Amino acid sequence: MMMDQIRYIAPELGLLCFALLLVLVDLFISNKRALPVIAVIGALVSAALALSLWSVPAAEAFNRMIAVDQFGLFFKLLILSATVLVVMASHSYVLKFDKFQGEYYALLMLSAIGLMLLVSAINLITIYVALELSSISLYVLVSFLKDKWSSEAGLKYLILGAVASAILLYGMAFVFGLTGNTCLPCIADYVKGMPFTSLLQNPALLLGLVLIISGFGFKIASVPFQMWVPDVYQGAPTPVTAYLSVASKAAGFAVIARIFMTAFGMPAWLHNEWAMIIAVLAAVTMTVGNLTAIVQTNVKRLLGYSSIAQAGYLMVGLAAMGMSTEAGNVAAGGLVFFLLSYTLTNLGAFIAIIAISNKINSDEISDYAGMIKRSPLLALGLTVCLISLTGLPPTAGLIAKIYIFKGAIDQGLLWLVIIAVINSVISAYYYFKVVKAMWLGEPASEEKVTSTWPEWAALAVCCAIVVVMGILPGAFINLTQAAVKMLGI
Amino acid sequence: MNLNLLSWIVFLPVIGMIVIALWPRASQKTVKWIALIAALASFIISLYVFFMFDRSGTAIGHMQFEEKALWIPAVNSFYHLGVDGLSLPLVILMTFLGVVSVLISWKIQLRPKEYFCWILLLESSILGVFTSLDLILFFLFWEVELIPMYFLINIWGSGRKEYAAYKYLIYTLVGSAFMLAGILSTYFITHTFDMTALAGISITSSFIPLTALFFLLVIGFCIKLPVFPFHTWLPDAHTNAPTAASVILAGALLKMGGYGMIRLCVSMLPQVAVQYAPIMCTLAVIGIIYGAAVTLRQTDLKRLIAYSSVSHMGYVLLGIFALTQVSLAGASLQMFSHGVITGLLFAMVGLVYDKTHTRDLNNLSGLARQMPVITVVFSVAGLASLGLPGTVGFAAEFITFAGSFTSTVIAGMKIFTLIAVLGVVLTSGYILWMLQRVFYQYPLDKYKGVGDADLVEKIATFSFVVVIMLVGIYPAILTDIINMGIEPIAKLIGM
Repeated sequence: MMMDQIRYIAPELGLLCFALLLVLVDLFISNKRALPVIAVIGALVSAALALSLWSVPAAEAFNRMIAVDQFGLFFKLLILSATVLVVMASHSYVLKFDKFQGEYYALLMLSAIGLMLLVSAINLITIYVALELSSISLYVLVSFLKDKWSSEAGLKYLILGAVASAILLYGMAFVFGLTGNTCLPCIADYVKGMPFTSLLQNPALLLGLVLIISGFGFKIASVPFQMWVPDVYQGAPTPVTAYLSVASKAAGFAVIARIFMTAFGMPAWLHNEWAMIIAVLAAVTMTVGNLTAIVQTNVKRLLGYSSIAQAGYLMVGLAAMGMSTEAGNVAAGGLVFFLLSYTLTNLGAFIAIIAISNKINSDEISDYAGMIKRSPLLALGLTVCLISLTGLPPTAGLIAKIYIFKGAIDQGLLWLVIIAVINSVISAYYYFKVVKAMWLGEPASEEKVTSTWPEWAALAVCCAIVVVMGILPGAFINLTQAAVKMLGI
Repeated sequence: MNLNLLSWIVFLPVIGMIVIALWPRASQKTVKWIALIAALASFIISLYVFFMFDRSGTAIGHMQFEEKALWIPAVNSFYHLGVDGLSLPLVILMTFLGVVSVLISWKIQLRPKEYFCWILLLESSILGVFTSLDLILFFLFWEVELIPMYFLINIWGSGRKEYAAYKYLIYTLVGSAFMLAGILSTYFITHTFDMTALAGISITSSFIPLTALFFLLVIGFCIKLPVFPFHTWLPDAHTNAPTAASVILAGALLKMGGYGMIRLCVSMLPQVAVQYAPIMCTLAVIGIIYGAAVTLRQTDLKRLIAYSSVSHMGYVLLGIFALTQVSLAGASLQMFSHGVITGLLFAMVGLVYDKTHTRDLNNLSGLARQMPVITVVFSVAGLASLGLPGTVGFAAEFITFAGSFTSTVIAGMKIFTLIAVLGVVLTSGYILWMLQRVFYQYPLDKYKGVGDADLVEKIATFSFVVVIMLVGIYPAILTDIINMGIEPIAKLIGM
């Protein structure tokens, strides 16, 4: 019985084998260039295993600990793609910690395993364990440079992350106390049977929900749990920042969507109330993120604040999704599409920044001046990504925004959409600050900025998909709709 | 037989752009010729569409050369192109301006490859706005236009170019942000993005007051047109943009605003349009008089023409919100007319600047001796701008005023019209004064050696003159078509 179910976690197990293999190989060979190859092969094998499960009918495994469905598989593939791209982008960056390359790649893969488990977990305990597996790997990765900034970032991330975990656990305890169950479908059964009332008259449920939202709010960097973002993003090694900003955030949104849609998706009074909490947080999050991003001069910090703002847009989708819990609704599709678009776009931007900053040894926007002359392709790639983040055509960013805002308007959240579109205008100001510097500034030196082929290829893949998604989004939308088909009641 | 002609018109410039971008080590000459061929091919096809356009009575109220294919199934959005009497003149205008803007950029030296790429992308996006019949597609093209214009002003502009480019970007984005909310609300109420289905649809909604919907949609168009008090980006953008960008900006880009108002706001929400027409007409009249008055004070040639655009776009707004068939037709013709006239004026200012390296009226004088051809063409453009009979300017303004004066839909239109007509007097003032300062006073020594227009420049500018005269003498060539597009819209208001 248990043994048949092993194949449901085959993608994670596959990746784990390669992670262990990588650590072993690292002990015995001196040519570290083989390590990223192992990491990439591991991720590809894992992706192939995940793909093989795509057509398997949705099922639950290990006593309702893990669900196997397209939603989880979609996010596993997304996380694996992000991992591959980050590994490629680290190609020359790892020379900064030459001796610890093996640990770096292994931790990256372990963190990916945690996130992959997280997106398919349907039990509060599994969710917590998976979250910790990925977080602990990330704490180490953030402080990997071992300089002043990186260590500070690591410590900050560790302490705040631990607090967030404790809050999350506290919230889970309340939910468990109320419902007597830790598995999400069981909780749903209990909650469905509750009489019509209001959240305020159910202090245990209210506290549970608020604390869970807070705990995950840290993970997705929603206001007011976003304080760690700029410092950690700036101090961490840039490839880790990239990974944090996409994979960790995407998994965070996936697990929130799953918990709230499965466990608290019914009855109507309940999902309307938590959706409203998220809607308000969304409005505050994007506004704070965008306004603080305006004054940034460091491109990593800027993208840090921008990722807070983007989390705000994503929460618009989450709120809309909560307003209507019917399966496979537009809002859920919009959320997943936006995550796909955001992942590729933000990764693309970070890959370009890794390649550029590594050569010019600076993250200051002013040092990016005239980059179009020093490195036309990197600058063009970064421009495409920034345009997509702004939400201008012909890129995925615009379609994603239209899609997610449409879902919100369908649920009557016009006020939120208006705040969101105004925020997009504000964001144009700081994204174009970088674009302007690259295209119009006078280059500080004539020296060309070159990139190695893995960096270049990773950037090209991101940009190509971002543009294709912006012009012919049909296939990608079908994919995301397939992913959310079973989500909801 | 379906040749997808409109797709070719819209995407030929983009194809040209891609060829230029991918052509390895393209010389300046190759780049220019590819750009010219792409623009010219698009222009020729659009002329073919113009001649094949079905002018019979049965075609009234129908889109022609339609193309439709499912584009984004999840949101029920189609790749849907088509032209009617309202959009066809603007399509021709843009393809024409596309060709001449390549010609007047013939001498560009700075980063020519990128320059022509952006010009071609700009052309495609504007053509897309005028031909798309699906709101999402419309919005997509509407937004694409921003990026090339931003770079054109920013890299090839002059003066406070960075400030101007930023201002342009933010202003337009603010408008389009509200428009997106409006478009999505429209879909929520009507369950369609199809612009042909939306015209004359009966809308009732408890979700959002129709007035709010109207203003969400109209504000983007007001910024683009521009309507006083949203016009302040325009003088900066125009003054600092390179010549060809100014030509396209004034010639075709502003018309996206007027086009959108007629196509979306008036067609979809005629009752709300009637209700708020007095406010819009007040803004129009303020724009006309204020724009003209400010123009009188300008000493920078380009800024002068830019402010005159604010004034002339006031006529368009007045024509639209007088809400009669004649006035709407006048507004449409005025859009075309302003496109060619102001396009030519900007091109001529560009030429004068190329030769003399100044745009300051105080430093220019008596250029008629050195540049007789430029003087004649500039004068023709100026006279057309002040509405001299025999030019397209006269036909457009006359129809607009005739339409708005006789409007019975809106109370007090006679007074609005009478005040607006004063704008024509002011226009004569600044145009004649400008021509006199630049060309007809005593000649200055420092301009002794400057030359006249060369062959390419002559071809570009004379072709403008031909259009101005042709439509001026025989306006029916366009008004017949325009009326076919306007008639169904005017009927909606009459309801």
